[in-house]
Amino acid sequence: MKKKYLSAKSMGLVSCHDCHLLSRWPKSSTSGVVTCPRCGSELHQRKPNSLTRTWALLFAAMIFYIPANVLPMTVTTALGAVQADTIMSGVIYFLHSGSWQIGMVIFIASIFVPFMKFMILIYLLLSVQFKSTKQPKNRIRLYQLTEAVGRWSMLDVYVVTILIALVKLGILAEIAAGPAVLYFAFVVVLTMLAAESFDPRLIWDVVEEES
Amino acid sequence: MDFEQNMHKIACHECDLVHDIPPMPARASACCVRCGSLLFRSQKNSIDRTLAWSIAGLVLYFVAVSYPFLAMKSGAIVQQTSLLSGVEQLFNQRIYFLATLVLLTCVILPLLQLLSLLYIFIPFKLNRRSKFAIPVFRLLGHIKAWSMMEIYMLGILVAIVKLAKMATIVPGLAVIAFGLLIFVLNFALSAVDHHMVWERLERES
Repeated sequence: MKKKYLSAKSMGLVSCHDCHLLSRWPKSSTSGVVTCPRCGSELHQRKPNSLTRTWALLFAAMIFYIPANVLPMTVTTALGAVQADTIMSGVIYFLHSGSWQIGMVIFIASIFVPFMKFMILIYLLLSVQFKSTKQPKNRIRLYQLTEAVGRWSMLDVYVVTILIALVKLGILAEIAAGPAVLYFAFVVVLTMLAAESFDPRLIWDVVEEES
Repeated sequence: MDFEQNMHKIACHECDLVHDIPPMPARASACCVRCGSLLFRSQKNSIDRTLAWSIAGLVLYFVAVSYPFLAMKSGAIVQQTSLLSGVEQLFNQRIYFLATLVLLTCVILPLLQLLSLLYIFIPFKLNRRSKFAIPVFRLLGHIKAWSMMEIYMLGILVAIVKLAKMATIVPGLAVIAFGLLIFVLNFALSAVDHHMVWERLERES
């Protein structure tokens, strides 16, 4: 026995993104903008240009991911010796110095999570574009995962912020932020915006159409 | 089907499936029958609990920004910092985007969250309503993902380990307040009964 599921869109309704109020979607949209009768925010049955916007933000993030990993995150000056560290060299330092747990945390937050976010979003975008009906529930889980873990990539940005505030001992030792921090922050912000602009309801629209 | 009749209906935000929601007991959550995502969660004593946690949060916030945060001890040299020192350094190095980002995500947005909660819930307690409650409550929903104190806290831990060979890091009172604030702010936000807030704001608008 298969239950007939009805989405708000197929019932001619629209759900407000801010206050969740369900209201009627005007059939003839005479004026371009429809607003929520309760909270006044702009209503869309689906996020506007969701796929294009997500692709654009995702590509921008992927481009910045390269300098973020190649360029130095921190530049340490200790007794005249200058040392530049990238994300990966920081991870390797932790692995060698015995605190491999911290090394893993940084590796997961800074290298693995952004990469995983790229892969998941590309997979979700392609699955919607090629009208896949496979495992919609699992794809929603993947989407929720990217939304939840994406922000943890900010970790390395904060570590650098704290390090440069603490280590200011003049000629003895000083840490400055490297150019990669900025690119890395762009990656995090852009992937967060990309995940936000993707509309998970598109996954189910395909499933409904096919059934 | 008109607006009044739809009051008890809610669409899932992840899959757009329409649900009929019966009156919910306190502290219950409703999940989407198709994709399993959380639709909403009802709360008990939402107003009192949100207010209590928000006020506690505000006190902790002022401790966190005004007291010494971390200190680094290396031999005879002691380097004191506050929560804002890192942002100040980023400004000095002219990385303005980054300085603003850190300032927003760890200092300004958490304060904005606390103040918005108080702005909405204090009048609720007095059976009144703030003039800009609707836009403020909408804003509160949007800034949640960008308030990242817990990640900053993990950053502190990593920094301490990283500098362990070079110097001793002494956590100050502000770090403790900051760490507690993470929990308190989360308790305040999760005590908010969104359904109740919107019902109230709608009724009195």
